[in-house]
Amino acid sequence: MAARIDVSIEHKHALPEAKADGKPHPNTCPACGSHYRDDELAQHLNVCPQCGHHFPMRARARIASLADEGSFTEEAAELRSDDPLGFFDLRPYTERLAEAEVATGLGDAMVTGHATLDGAPFQLAVMDFAFMGGSMGRVVGEKFTRACEAAAEHNIPLVSVTASGGARMQEGILSLMQLPKTVCAVEDLHDSGGAMISIMAHPTTAGVLASFASLGDVIVAEPGALLSFTGPRVVQQTTREKLPDDFGLAESNYRFGHLDAIVARPELRDYVARLLRLFGNAG
Amino acid sequence: MPGEAELQLRERLNRLRSLPLLRGARLSGELERLQRQLDRIVAEPSDEQIWRSVELARHPDRPYTLDYVERMLEDFVELHGDRGRADDEALVTGLGRFDGRTVALIGHQKGRNIQERSKRNFGMAYPEGYRKAMRIMELADRHGFPLITLVDTPGAYPGVAAEQHGQGGMIARSQAVMARLRSPIVSCIIGEGGSGGAIAIAVADRVLMQENAIYSVISPEGCAAILWRDAGEAQKAAAAFKPDAVHCLELGVIDAIVPEPADGAHTDADAAAVLLKDSIGESLDELTGFSGDELRRRRRARFRSLGTLEPVKAP
Repeated sequence: MAARIDVSIEHKHALPEAKADGKPHPNTCPACGSHYRDDELAQHLNVCPQCGHHFPMRARARIASLADEGSFTEEAAELRSDDPLGFFDLRPYTERLAEAEVATGLGDAMVTGHATLDGAPFQLAVMDFAFMGGSMGRVVGEKFTRACEAAAEHNIPLVSVTASGGARMQEGILSLMQLPKTVCAVEDLHDSGGAMISIMAHPTTAGVLASFASLGDVIVAEPGALLSFTGPRVVQQTTREKLPDDFGLAESNYRFGHLDAIVARPELRDYVARLLRLFGNAG
Repeated sequence: MPGEAELQLRERLNRLRSLPLLRGARLSGELERLQRQLDRIVAEPSDEQIWRSVELARHPDRPYTLDYVERMLEDFVELHGDRGRADDEALVTGLGRFDGRTVALIGHQKGRNIQERSKRNFGMAYPEGYRKAMRIMELADRHGFPLITLVDTPGAYPGVAAEQHGQGGMIARSQAVMARLRSPIVSCIIGEGGSGGAIAIAVADRVLMQENAIYSVISPEGCAAILWRDAGEAQKAAAAFKPDAVHCLELGVIDAIVPEPADGAHTDADAAAVLLKDSIGESLDELTGFSGDELRRRRRARFRSLGTLEPVKAP
């Protein structure tokens, strides 16, 4: 069975020391304070060897962790967003897009394609939080939809890995429309007899939680992932309620019956392989 | 950038002009309103006009779902409860007769005074509300009743219990149920179309929007707080993400704009209801003749096409 790591206790200790100035180093564990070199983290799938805290994982690394070596073929990689609203906040949206592409090496916040795991073929849709907070605009909606269509066409399961702050504000109402668009795509996949496995990584919130990510035949999350429709800060500000220590975390979601399992990253590959065997035709 | 929206309005205007004046004054009023909409579309709404829509959409005297229900539906029977846990009064559901045929109705409901507002939770539903809505959708499907939904919410309720009861998942499943329905569905945004809480009941065959309603991915205040780091910049945020009906029509997010009385729906609920009923009736008529499977296929194709991108658009 999957190892379950309750991070809510660490979480409680981590909160008060919200570093006075500047963000903590990305390789410093926010739960236990251990610090790692890049290669040490990569070697452990970005999981803290000391306390089990799950660091964010980039899309390419995620794919490598879930697919047979060299089996992944990317699809729809050429898709780029334009700027339908001419959106300008403190900076133009087009500038933010270009900057995100340079910083991440990705065209948008989702990478999709075809791969095998233990020889079993499947379709992959993996989000990358580093690209504008993993926000879902038209490119993410379109890529996910095409991934569903490809899975249906080839009669193979779809595995999605989400890490997203929600819909992308800069594309306005069109990004809200990606919720029903991806929902319809999953419905079409399900009608064709296809299966979807949804893996929720930290964070899976707002528009992505309220659409395709919640529609998997099987839904699992990584330990300590924040999975909430509204983030803790907004809930706190709006309602003035005292938030439980594990507010919105995977552990709380599991307790309330919203998840099939919490699976630690080192076990995830085997867990997915088992599901692919169960859902796949290969048997 | 006019185009599609302008063409549609011009076409409707011409059609109305060519009709024999059967309905007399009402029709000429309609003509006038369409002409006004056309003028607005030809001249892109200014930032001030967008903000005026935001204010009118939230106007405390604006008609709410039950105001329209009593004017549009006969024999309305409200149905309560999600059959699991609660009856969420932020969402009203029920059955009634619309032009003689039985329809199912789902709508957000806000309150007029403090007691009512807290009872209705300002039109912000809990997961229980969306579960009640799903029950009514399935009921409509079972009996072949058309479904009408009226959207008017700042958003789904952002609270601890709402999260614990699965707000995100429930909004996702509510959309999924709508994507599966074989009944015709017409939705209209009648006030605030606030994000996930709105789309949860707006996956329809025809999506309408009142002239002064707003439909957006986030509230102007929320957007300003995040991108400008100052909720006070809401006006700028609204100007940037353009939640008004004209822009929604141009982007293909809605199918038609429902005209309101000259100074806004809040000045004359009766007139607003007549106009809304006309538009919903017209949409329902357009949908008769399609089989359930055909409706469902077209509905999904409608949302599939939203925001489709050209294959190659490398930088």
